[in-house]
Amino acid sequence: MGPVESLRHFIPELVLLGGAFTAFFLDFLLKNKRLVGYFALLTIVAAACLLKAPPKESLDLFYGFFHLDGFANLFRVLALIAVAATILIAFGFSPLRDRYEGEFYGLFLFMAFALITVAAANNLLMIFLSVEFVSILSYLLAGFLKNDLKAKESAVKYLLFGSVCSAVMLYGMSLLFGAAGSIDLPAIARVVDSPAMKPLGMIGLLCFFVGLGFKISMAPFHMWAPDVYEGAPTPVTAFLTVAPKALGFAVLMRVLASVFGESYRDWRQVLMWLSILTMTLGNLTAISQTNIKRFLAYSSIAQAGYILMGLAVFPSPLGKDGVLIYLFAYLFTNLGAFAVVSSVGDRTGSDEIASYSGLSERAPVSAALMTVFLLSLTGIPPLAGFLAKYYVFAAAVEARFITLVVVAAVNSAVAAYYYFRVIRTMYLVPADQPALPKPPVSAAAVTWLMAAGVLGIGLFPGFFIKLILG
Amino acid sequence: MTSHLLSWITFTPLLGAFLLLCIPKRAHNSIRWIALATTAITAALVGLAFSLFRASEAGFQLVERAVWIPQFGVQYLLGMDGISFPMVVLTALISLMACLGSLTHIRVKGGREKEYYFLFLLLETGMMGTFLALDLFLFYIFWEVVLVPMYFLIGIWGGPRKEYAAIKFFLYTLAGSLFMLIGIVAVYFASSPHTFDMTLLTTMKYGLLFQKVVFLAFFLGFAIKVPVFPFHTWLPDAHVEAPTPISVILAGVLLKMGTYGFLRFSYPLFPDAARWFQPAMGVLAVVGIIYGGFIALAQTDFKKMVAYSSVSHMGFVLLGLAAMNADGFRGALLQMFNHGTITGGLFLLVGVLYDRAHTRDLNDFGGLGAKMPVYAGILTFFSLASLGLPGLSGFISEFLSLLGAYQYSKLITALSAIGILLAAAYLLYMIQRVLLGKLNPKWAALPDMNALELSTLVPLMVFIVAIGLYPKIILEYMIPTLDGLLGTIRGGI
Repeated sequence: MGPVESLRHFIPELVLLGGAFTAFFLDFLLKNKRLVGYFALLTIVAAACLLKAPPKESLDLFYGFFHLDGFANLFRVLALIAVAATILIAFGFSPLRDRYEGEFYGLFLFMAFALITVAAANNLLMIFLSVEFVSILSYLLAGFLKNDLKAKESAVKYLLFGSVCSAVMLYGMSLLFGAAGSIDLPAIARVVDSPAMKPLGMIGLLCFFVGLGFKISMAPFHMWAPDVYEGAPTPVTAFLTVAPKALGFAVLMRVLASVFGESYRDWRQVLMWLSILTMTLGNLTAISQTNIKRFLAYSSIAQAGYILMGLAVFPSPLGKDGVLIYLFAYLFTNLGAFAVVSSVGDRTGSDEIASYSGLSERAPVSAALMTVFLLSLTGIPPLAGFLAKYYVFAAAVEARFITLVVVAAVNSAVAAYYYFRVIRTMYLVPADQPALPKPPVSAAAVTWLMAAGVLGIGLFPGFFIKLILG
Repeated sequence: MTSHLLSWITFTPLLGAFLLLCIPKRAHNSIRWIALATTAITAALVGLAFSLFRASEAGFQLVERAVWIPQFGVQYLLGMDGISFPMVVLTALISLMACLGSLTHIRVKGGREKEYYFLFLLLETGMMGTFLALDLFLFYIFWEVVLVPMYFLIGIWGGPRKEYAAIKFFLYTLAGSLFMLIGIVAVYFASSPHTFDMTLLTTMKYGLLFQKVVFLAFFLGFAIKVPVFPFHTWLPDAHVEAPTPISVILAGVLLKMGTYGFLRFSYPLFPDAARWFQPAMGVLAVVGIIYGGFIALAQTDFKKMVAYSSVSHMGFVLLGLAAMNADGFRGALLQMFNHGTITGGLFLLVGVLYDRAHTRDLNDFGGLGAKMPVYAGILTFFSLASLGLPGLSGFISEFLSLLGAYQYSKLITALSAIGILLAAAYLLYMIQRVLLGKLNPKWAALPDMNALELSTLVPLMVFIVAIGLYPKIILEYMIPTLDGLLGTIRGGI
């Protein structure tokens, strides 16, 4: 489909892009930067309203650079929810409230644009560009509080690590391009399918694992995550643990599905061991954390390990469904948890787990909702996290990856221990500090919305599965 | 209401729990009354089930069925038969007694009553659901729902080592149930067409290797809950640290969830594996009976003694299960009910004493028999019931278990009988140390039991005497279903 024709299907993207530029312009004009935030939210809502139901057969936009299908559309929804929730969380985050606040919202609109193109990207060039676009914005946002030493450290670490991983991925892409003479995924698939090309294809695939493994914080490319998540402003951390990760999985799934076919089944073993490594490392390291953001960082590494279970059994349809369900469940759960972390951190001035002691008496609603999110992360029914975990477990059992599922079960029990450490601090340790003031409306709203998502997916799974998987 | 009776039984406590959330924290009296009324209404609903449940039929009754997750064929499927009915009655009874027991106890413990009763009612919903769910997925959900309130109930209102006990309980059970989840998923994929529906799954056949593996996965989940030796180490901690009413629920109901799981799921689904593991089950039962008995004998902490006696008495349930014959199964199911009433009562009695003396050290007491005659009488009654005095309910069920086991293995039966001897030893030794001998002057001013405490114990005593004298009143509900179950197992071999 040509460019002019394609624009018709590209309206939400255009709205976001236009909104982003307008936001920066508004930032010059308006004294009250919060208004820019409202404008950003409005833009996202408008873009969401303009998202059309996915067409029956997929559309190739801009001569095949984008591939718009139900899969891509799903990730557009996910990205918009993530960005909207992050902006709401940022409203209640006081360190932002100086002259940079407007830019923050503008950058997030760019981020929304970048994200919703990632899932639709359908050739090597577009994949690299969109992934890099997301990465560069992430570096900026991680270091957004530029007077904060930790934020600076976080941004630099993120940048260095990310650049290396991107370079490796680019190298792999160049090999694939050299072999196929095309950046088109189907064309590459035809070439690398021949046995003679297999070694080269395998190297290309591993390079993808490096570049995207960095995005999804898969071990051993996870080292950046704790430092970055701890140093970045809390709303940004919330965002980084969810959206880039989900999009990393989206690209990985698209590449695996459309390039590396039947003859590359060996990578299932590789992914299985990477999954085991990721969840085990994440869980074991999370146990000893004392900072809640760092703690959730390791937890998010472990969660990536569980999601990888769904990829390891590729191309089982159940595994693919599992990844999608997991990403949505994780979206609501983790954003909810970070919404609480942000609002509590803002009110107590500390992100140490110790500052949560007696929270059940000091801020009963925050504590109760945090408990719901942590239970969902643990995978306790009837919450979203349980459904997600059930899905990936089921996929692994169906594919007879018994080692994987047993390791995952043991890991889940270990994870329960440290999630309950936070619950213990909130409920079992008596309060030694005064009650907290009420959180601002925006923070309360986003927390409740995420909790509604977590409970909704858990209690009415049939409805949500249908919504997500069609 | 009668058309959805089982749903009402399951979710009335939950409704009460949400009602509690709407009440201000300081309205202590309303909170207590709502909690009590909710458990009483639930018990009344269970009473209503008596008029609808046809004891002479074997299959599931009062079945409710609705599609819940069409993508996996998960159903909201509740049903009651002769195995679950006694457990539901037990749950309703023990919950009501525990709620009555909480009225004074939790006030003493320093408040947060609203949270307490909210979690308490949530727990009751979980327990009821566990016993009524006939869909494996739904069962797992209720099974897990029980864990979380229990963690808080032990962790917030427990004794000095409450945090350790709470997380230990939680992690042990969670680890076990995760393996059970894997087993459940495996059963789902092995069945054709794929289903979680117990009424369909029991009609399917699986290969022996598959049965063995999945039986083990379920075994881990259930054995930790029972608890079967060597998975019992969470039990003394949890029972001792939990507040009295919660100990009562733990011993009275939660332990039964494990053995109920064996009867409801493991045996009918994997009959060949059950037969294969029969010797192992028998040995584990004996080890539990004797080990629990000896450890109980060595305790100086009253509550710990009762806790370890639970390990021993639950061994008789396992023994009956291992026998895999009519007498054994009857003994096992009856012992589940009786252990709930008897040990529940003993925990209440420990609580009565602890509330007055603030110690549980057996060596610290003595001569209380003269000081607290009513207490002495009731404690003796429950102890005798626990050690298997003929005429009281404990005797009937342990006797049936042994009768069943005798037909399977004489050696195992003979060794298990030692457990009864041990029970007599540690219970009478306890009575001697608490009630007889010289009065410790410290306790000269202890008042006897009050009306509220009596009201928690007398109903349990009624059940113990009634079943002891005329066991048919409860066995006639169990026998058709158990015989049907035995038929299924034999048919599968």
